[in-house]
Amino acid sequence: MNNLMLSSILSLSGVGVLAASILYIASKKFHVEEDPRIDQVEGVLPMANCGGCGFAGCRNFAEAVVKAGKLDGLNCPVGGAECMAQVAHIMGVDVQETEPMVAVLRCNGSRKNAPQKTHYDGALNCFAAHALFAGESGCPNGCLGLGDCAVACSFDAITVNPETGLPEVDDDKCVACGACVTACPRDIYELRPKGINSKRVYVACMNTQKGAPAKKNCSVACIGCMKCVKATESKSVSVKNFLSYIGTDVDTESHGPQLIDCCPTSAILGVNIEGSKNA
Amino acid sequence: MPSLKTFSRGGVHPPECKISAKMNIEVLHVPQKVSIPISQHLGAPSTPLVKRGDMVKVGTPVAKTSGFISANIHSSVSGKVANIAEVVDTSGYPRKAVVIDVDGDEWEESIDRGSDLKKDISLSRDEIVQKVLESGVVGLGGATFPTHVKLMVPQGKKAEILIINGVECEPYLTSDHRLMLERGEELMVGIHIIMIALESDKAIIGIEANKPDAIKYLTGLAKDYPGVSVQTLKVKYPQGGEKQLIKAITGREVPNKGGLPIDVGTVVHNVGTVLAIYEAVQKNRPLVERVVTITGKSVKKPGNYMVRIGTPVQDLVEAAGGIPENSGKIISGGPMMGKTLTNLDVPVVKGTSGILIIPLDESKRKVEGNCIRCGKCVSVCPLGVEPHLLYALSKRGDWERAEKEDVMNCCECGSCQYTCPAHLPLLDYLRVGKAEVGKQIRARHNKK
Repeated sequence: MNNLMLSSILSLSGVGVLAASILYIASKKFHVEEDPRIDQVEGVLPMANCGGCGFAGCRNFAEAVVKAGKLDGLNCPVGGAECMAQVAHIMGVDVQETEPMVAVLRCNGSRKNAPQKTHYDGALNCFAAHALFAGESGCPNGCLGLGDCAVACSFDAITVNPETGLPEVDDDKCVACGACVTACPRDIYELRPKGINSKRVYVACMNTQKGAPAKKNCSVACIGCMKCVKATESKSVSVKNFLSYIGTDVDTESHGPQLIDCCPTSAILGVNIEGSKNA
Repeated sequence: MPSLKTFSRGGVHPPECKISAKMNIEVLHVPQKVSIPISQHLGAPSTPLVKRGDMVKVGTPVAKTSGFISANIHSSVSGKVANIAEVVDTSGYPRKAVVIDVDGDEWEESIDRGSDLKKDISLSRDEIVQKVLESGVVGLGGATFPTHVKLMVPQGKKAEILIINGVECEPYLTSDHRLMLERGEELMVGIHIIMIALESDKAIIGIEANKPDAIKYLTGLAKDYPGVSVQTLKVKYPQGGEKQLIKAITGREVPNKGGLPIDVGTVVHNVGTVLAIYEAVQKNRPLVERVVTITGKSVKKPGNYMVRIGTPVQDLVEAAGGIPENSGKIISGGPMMGKTLTNLDVPVVKGTSGILIIPLDESKRKVEGNCIRCGKCVSVCPLGVEPHLLYALSKRGDWERAEKEDVMNCCECGSCQYTCPAHLPLLDYLRVGKAEVGKQIRARHNKK
């Protein structure tokens, strides 16, 4: 009896010691030198693994940062300036000034502005609806309101307002990861700079039809009248395919109110811009 | 009684509801305005040939083919081109169309408008193909594939059997049925023309057993035409699908992954197309009108009408006594594969086989449940794909896997969705998957 126990203990311990020594030798022999900074950088990242930086996950981003040795073009939109300052500190480089961005819905075709003409009862997501028809309002470029963007958002920043039928972006929660931009089958979202004091001005329309058909479906559609281009004479405002686009480099201070007031269909929206009709 | 021929895999049998089967084809009045979309066929949209203010007659070309797989388009009315504008068509999106204000009804002089039967075929094989191409004939069964392409047999292949599709398996629709009864003689000549073009000596007309009058009539006529016969088929949906019809009649199976009927020595044409070919070749008459069924359970005057291409659906609905009360949906095509229209200004196009008005209580989709893995969708799928799986993959956006699981094989017949006890929108997602995977395949192809 004693013999059996003793031999078991000895043989199992023997196997254990043998395996341990093999593992030890292997870990020494096949050791991969890894920069300890990768772990440090990863430690300060938010670990949301959202892909907003352009890499598959936070670990990949940390590896890229350490490999590059500098922060050119590398930014974690979720962590923001604070997080990037810590990363810069670990890497021993200067902090890069990055402008905070926010997702903007370039459509204002609410139930009121673009009344429902038909009722859709197919598969309830934008992707499927987009493949089937123009939309309940008839606008072929407008928001379908079925919330693919809200589903794609990992930060709970987008909710579809049942009253207007349009999704709303919560500026404070949005980290500009770009998931909604990819999810929207009609490319309605755009990442734009949050702006100084959150002042922004943009064209809330994607309709490329001529004025009359565009206006038929939506009262706030851009009709490509060129008034915004003429009013500002700014290089950042342009009209293509009967659709105006205000570049992200627009001077909101001087041109903001002007742009908003000149638009005859109120297709240009401003956020936090005073002295204009939709402030 | 021996059991009737049919295809072996899958299929369903929805209620037939052929309300308008006894109604003669009537000619619908010429509308006041037509919108003729430049993309009415499968393949590249045609290039417009007219501009605002041009005067056109019936049969004047308004758009020409822009590639091998494309088709000519002719004016279906006489009058003045009002505009080339964007008009919402069956796709649900505004697309380019030639809008013509109608003035009188003047036809191009080269067109023979007589109703006499012209039996002698004087044209050679190549001339027939050329004539069909010029006349803008496309597959009128619904897929609108340019017909001239199907008349050219690729080198090294042989069209042993010409199959004529008189199945009309979609519930409600009766346009092909009426055509067979009323234009039988012309069909026979048309079949003969196609046989010359394909150098084929055997033609079989496939008709489902629910149209005994058409079977009897055409069998009688076929006696005078060597090589032509009629095959009665068991009623089963989607027998009108090309692959299913070939399987039902010849027992041959078209290979998956891009196989064509010609690979198994067959070519399939719809009866509507055969008539269009007859008119193009014998009467020099381009495709400017087609038979459209207007029907529905509560429609006052269901019927079959000869309609000019580009006529607003509104005119057709009015001819049938207007929209009945408590209507839910107006569908272009049949209930299984058709598409709901978003408004009544949508024009009748070459592919419009019917307009169906569904009462409100029948139009609503049932509440979606969860997939219970019963496998019914798999058992009814005529192509042997797994709709429940493709549905999940498409919903998740896993296009790579969807391609591997043969989403492109789906013929969009809708049998899966019809049979699903959980009322899942299977067809919607299969269509989405097909569109997306198709896009990716084309992108890859273009890169090479």
